[in-house]
Amino acid sequence: MAGGGDTLGGDEEFLRATVQEAHRAARPLRIIGGGSKAFYGRAVAADAAPLHTAGHHGVAHYDPAELVLTARAGTPLAVVEELLAAENQMLGFEPPRFGDGGGDGGAADDGDGGDSGGETAAGDGDGDGGDGGNTGRGSIGGAVAAGLAGPRRPYTGAVRDFVLGVKIVSGRGETLRFGGEVMKNVAGFDLSRLMAGALGTLGVLLEISLRVLPRPAAQQTLRLEHAAPAAAVALFNRLAARPLPLSAAAWHLGETRIRLSGSDAGVARAAAIIGGEADPAGGEFWRRLRDHELAFFAAAPELLRVSLPPASAWAPPDSAAQLIDWGGAQRWLAADDANGVQELRATVAQHGGHVTRFRHGGRGPGDSGAPGDGGGDDGDRDRDNNPAEIFHPLPAPLYQLHRRLKRAFDPAGILNPGRLHPDG
Amino acid sequence: MNRSALSRRLRQFLPRASVIDRADSLRAYECDGLSAYRQTPLLVALPENIAQVRQTLRACHALRVPVVSRGAGTGLSGGALPHAQGIVLSLAKMNRVLEIDAENRVARVQPGARNIVISEAARPFGLFYAPDPSSQIACSIGGNVAENAGGVHCLKYGLTVHNIAALKIATIDGELINLGGGAVLDAEAGAGDSPGSGDSTAPDDAAPAAALDAPGLDLTALLVGSEGMLGVVVEATVNLRPLPQAATVLLGAFDAVQPAADAVAAIIGAGILPAGVEMMDAPAIRAAEAFAAAGYPRDAAAILLCELDGFDAEVGAQAEAVRAIMQRHRATAIRAATDAAERAKLWSGRKSAFPAIGRISPDYYCIDGSIPRRHLGRVLAEIGRLSGEYGLRVANVFHAGDGNLHPLILYDANRDGELQRTEELGARILECCIAAGGSITGEHGVGVEKIDSMCAQFSAAELAQFHAVREAFDPLRLLNPGKAIPTLARCAEHNAMHVHRGQVAFPDLERF
Repeated sequence: MAGGGDTLGGDEEFLRATVQEAHRAARPLRIIGGGSKAFYGRAVAADAAPLHTAGHHGVAHYDPAELVLTARAGTPLAVVEELLAAENQMLGFEPPRFGDGGGDGGAADDGDGGDSGGETAAGDGDGDGGDGGNTGRGSIGGAVAAGLAGPRRPYTGAVRDFVLGVKIVSGRGETLRFGGEVMKNVAGFDLSRLMAGALGTLGVLLEISLRVLPRPAAQQTLRLEHAAPAAAVALFNRLAARPLPLSAAAWHLGETRIRLSGSDAGVARAAAIIGGEADPAGGEFWRRLRDHELAFFAAAPELLRVSLPPASAWAPPDSAAQLIDWGGAQRWLAADDANGVQELRATVAQHGGHVTRFRHGGRGPGDSGAPGDGGGDDGDRDRDNNPAEIFHPLPAPLYQLHRRLKRAFDPAGILNPGRLHPDG
Repeated sequence: MNRSALSRRLRQFLPRASVIDRADSLRAYECDGLSAYRQTPLLVALPENIAQVRQTLRACHALRVPVVSRGAGTGLSGGALPHAQGIVLSLAKMNRVLEIDAENRVARVQPGARNIVISEAARPFGLFYAPDPSSQIACSIGGNVAENAGGVHCLKYGLTVHNIAALKIATIDGELINLGGGAVLDAEAGAGDSPGSGDSTAPDDAAPAAALDAPGLDLTALLVGSEGMLGVVVEATVNLRPLPQAATVLLGAFDAVQPAADAVAAIIGAGILPAGVEMMDAPAIRAAEAFAAAGYPRDAAAILLCELDGFDAEVGAQAEAVRAIMQRHRATAIRAATDAAERAKLWSGRKSAFPAIGRISPDYYCIDGSIPRRHLGRVLAEIGRLSGEYGLRVANVFHAGDGNLHPLILYDANRDGELQRTEELGARILECCIAAGGSITGEHGVGVEKIDSMCAQFSAAELAQFHAVREAFDPLRLLNPGKAIPTLARCAEHNAMHVHRGQVAFPDLERF
């Protein structure tokens, strides 16, 4: 792994020393990158002191022929994507850039959801590349910690699929490296992928090495009409069973959109096979879907994310309240409030899925989020009965494993306590 | 624990034929694919279903008996080497493909199912399971998960970790846990405790574990590659992909290694993602050609095999682009194969490289280093220099597309001290990989073989973190003890014995 970039060693040492001191004093920390995803996840304990990583920025190493990029955690996502675009490459997981931090109104952590930065992304203006527009404030560290992926996810992979290595500060204040810059590495447990989606509860990300992808030579969006969402989902799964260059598939209010990414000849042939009409505004549609800027998202006081097997027959009572992404595997639901979440979770779980309260108005999320509260089995039962829990509760043995893993990385429970679950 | 007492204990719930305790029968389990290391276990348990796995684990946990899980025993790093005071938990009897869910493109399989059987079962649906380690006709999916197995096609399709949708694991205390898709469901459902109902066949209407994520930490990714030290995989749901419509293999011959390596970088840099790119050096080419007559140019210093597959409208254009790149890098010969028989012939030399080396040398030792691709030429030159220094021949085959080297050291175990020198040369090659920013193992795992090299790749604090993670799953450290993660004391001892150029490799550690 490129150990380069020691010029900013001061920042790294500051982060490490801060965590070490917090560990000694058992004083919780709230990790903040760009702050663009502060609305996501449970509320960190109110007494946690902010720990900003934005100062630890810069791309430490990027070799396009190697398809590997190593960046410090505070590097803005926009900067990383601009650099990649200049070499005709991209992040394979199409991370969202939430520009306005909307929905975090009452959330305890980081309520400064300001406007997006004024810079423009280095979109290459190919009209269908998903670039341009909102640059957001998101950092690469935040993208990895949140583990959120855009429309391309089912066809190219999740955030963790592209993580090759990390450098972190553990909850003990130790600087640790796991993985590296190589594609294949099975030495030791894969603790680097574990950081993706851990919401900073296991370590403060200092540096991340990612596998990147070449940008496709051609992209095209097709628009079709399906009155029934089930027909669209069936089509998505029929197509995914063929070796076609799919890169996104979504449905909302009778309109189906399918994105193709590949060679000119491949995209043209696949478009002929699938049919429908070309959507010249497709690039903008996928970007707005990725960044939750479609009207559907703004209109939802409570936005629920339903993750399901892609061909699942599950359907909400009101199909207008549903937006289907990920070829059927990710369904967004607009709800007035969180009252029905518990029943929804029971049903969705039987379909092999789970439900996340993704954005929530009014009250701060998970108000039982103080560290160390109600551990043990009683705590588990409480969580099951709490309709406002942000993430789908885990069965007791799996939850206990989560608690033990949290302690293995962060014995004093100081890193983003409560952000992922009541004890982590 | 004494053998006969433990045997009686396990026979309380395992069928007679599922407990092996006779010395002559135990011999078959004393090593895996790394036969230089051997150890007879206390006994071998072969459970037939999940309930029996759990009972076996509970008994061992209660009696503090170490448990070494074993799939097909094809591993190359000694990960399934038995423990003298422990049992081998063989999953070989749980070898069925339980369900192909063509709609969601997943297969639900038992841990002992062979890798290739999954693809065979999926083929009628136009689907396949992509990771294809070279042992795929024999190796099991449970072993693939334990080692994060790769293969020649992982450049495009990913490693095992990229192709697992969900796992059902049993922990050392016999608890069942679902990881990945379906993790929010109680794992006890559909896997009761009586032998009959615990046969790992969930009810027909059970939801597939095919959701793309789960709440909480991504423990599926953590389990993959954990070398049997965190839990026992009792069921896996694997991703299936559409069978490619077309495939082309190009062979390019080069009169030096560097232009071949540069050609690989140029192919990737051009935005082409081949299914696989393999490289062989001169000694490997000559051995393979003598063995398989694949038609490789015997005078070449290096050959590249580049396979492109997928949608037929894309493959043709990519093949032309690769041909042009090879020409630009002064390939001395280029051949292309599109039909299945010709492709198989071009691959035959590469696929028989190991047995071919076995024919020209009494023994060989396979290294599994991984490096950033840009250092390929430099690392190869260093391997050549070390080969001279040790007076041992080295033939090189690589997964060049992803920088995974397999230098094969040729030696004769009957010559005094040659195995020891071979292992030393192997360790030097791995140090060279670490120095290039790489890893001591790309796909074979650490096992017992490379446990000392772990001391060179990781700091004491990092190793301590690995141990802490392990203890979160298995506080008594009963699962596969002594593998993969060295104790700090072992590293202190090892590094005290291997001081290179006056530098202590592990300076931040107390010496014992």
